[in-house]
Amino acid sequence: MRAAVIQFPGSNCDRDMAVALRSVGGDNSTQIVWHKETELPEGLDLVAIPGGFSFGDYLRCGAIAAQSPIAKAIVQHAERGGYVLGVCNGFQVLTETGLLPGALMRNAGLKFVCKPVDMTVQTADSDFTRGYAQGDKITVPVAHHDGNYTIDPEGLAQLQGEDRIAFTYDNNPNGALADIAGILSANRRVLGMMPHPERAMEPAHGGTDGVALFRALADTMALA
Amino acid sequence: MKARVHVMLKNGVLDPQGDAVRHALGTLGFDGVNGVRQGKVIDLDLADGTSEETIRDMCEKLLANTVIESYSVEIA
Repeated sequence: MRAAVIQFPGSNCDRDMAVALRSVGGDNSTQIVWHKETELPEGLDLVAIPGGFSFGDYLRCGAIAAQSPIAKAIVQHAERGGYVLGVCNGFQVLTETGLLPGALMRNAGLKFVCKPVDMTVQTADSDFTRGYAQGDKITVPVAHHDGNYTIDPEGLAQLQGEDRIAFTYDNNPNGALADIAGILSANRRVLGMMPHPERAMEPAHGGTDGVALFRALADTMALA
Repeated sequence: MKARVHVMLKNGVLDPQGDAVRHALGTLGFDGVNGVRQGKVIDLDLADGTSEETIRDMCEKLLANTVIESYSVEIA
């Protein structure tokens, strides 16, 4: 597996993401790429956009990051069929680039929510989620102020009809439409999710339910 | 030249912040506030002759997220 973690000013989960990827792909699998780069490393399998507060959440969460020099290269990577994982602020960046539909609004309760949440795996049909079974209950931490996913009724019907809702919350912490915690692109190679699987990798984290996601990715890319 | 862009959540998109403001006004004793919608005002200082079309392009590409927001442009 060859992976890159994108680093914006204000990213704060970039190192956690790199540690998670290296734990399944090996120490040399993953490099950090600064947002001012205009090209991604050659032969890359996966781009991971980490959590944090890129550009201080100015204007809208993820809006400035989505216009940064590296964003064009990320979109091209996705259009070539490359894998992209966006977690938390990374999910917000993916909706702002248009790689994923919908938008993430201020939490319905207006509070920053930081706690482990119970989720249900809604589809195992992707290279991100095939380490789980559909219906699996997993617990992964969230930490966000703007995770209230919304999309128009046609868009929601499309996500549902194409089996592109990856995870749903069991007890909705932010008002997200249809309890959506994570969604897939049409080609199932771009995943955006608010919860942080990279923070559920070791028993010391309080849980290891994120391991199956990273393990599935590494296994896919080892075969590719 | 100067232009002012108003960005608002689209009709039908729930506005939790506006609703919290409405609630707080009620707590202060202001009766009859039926709704509050909160938006943004962005003032642009532009080169003379910048067209409205260019400003609208700025809105589409960055200033507004047209999935959830609408915008209007006012040229001073």
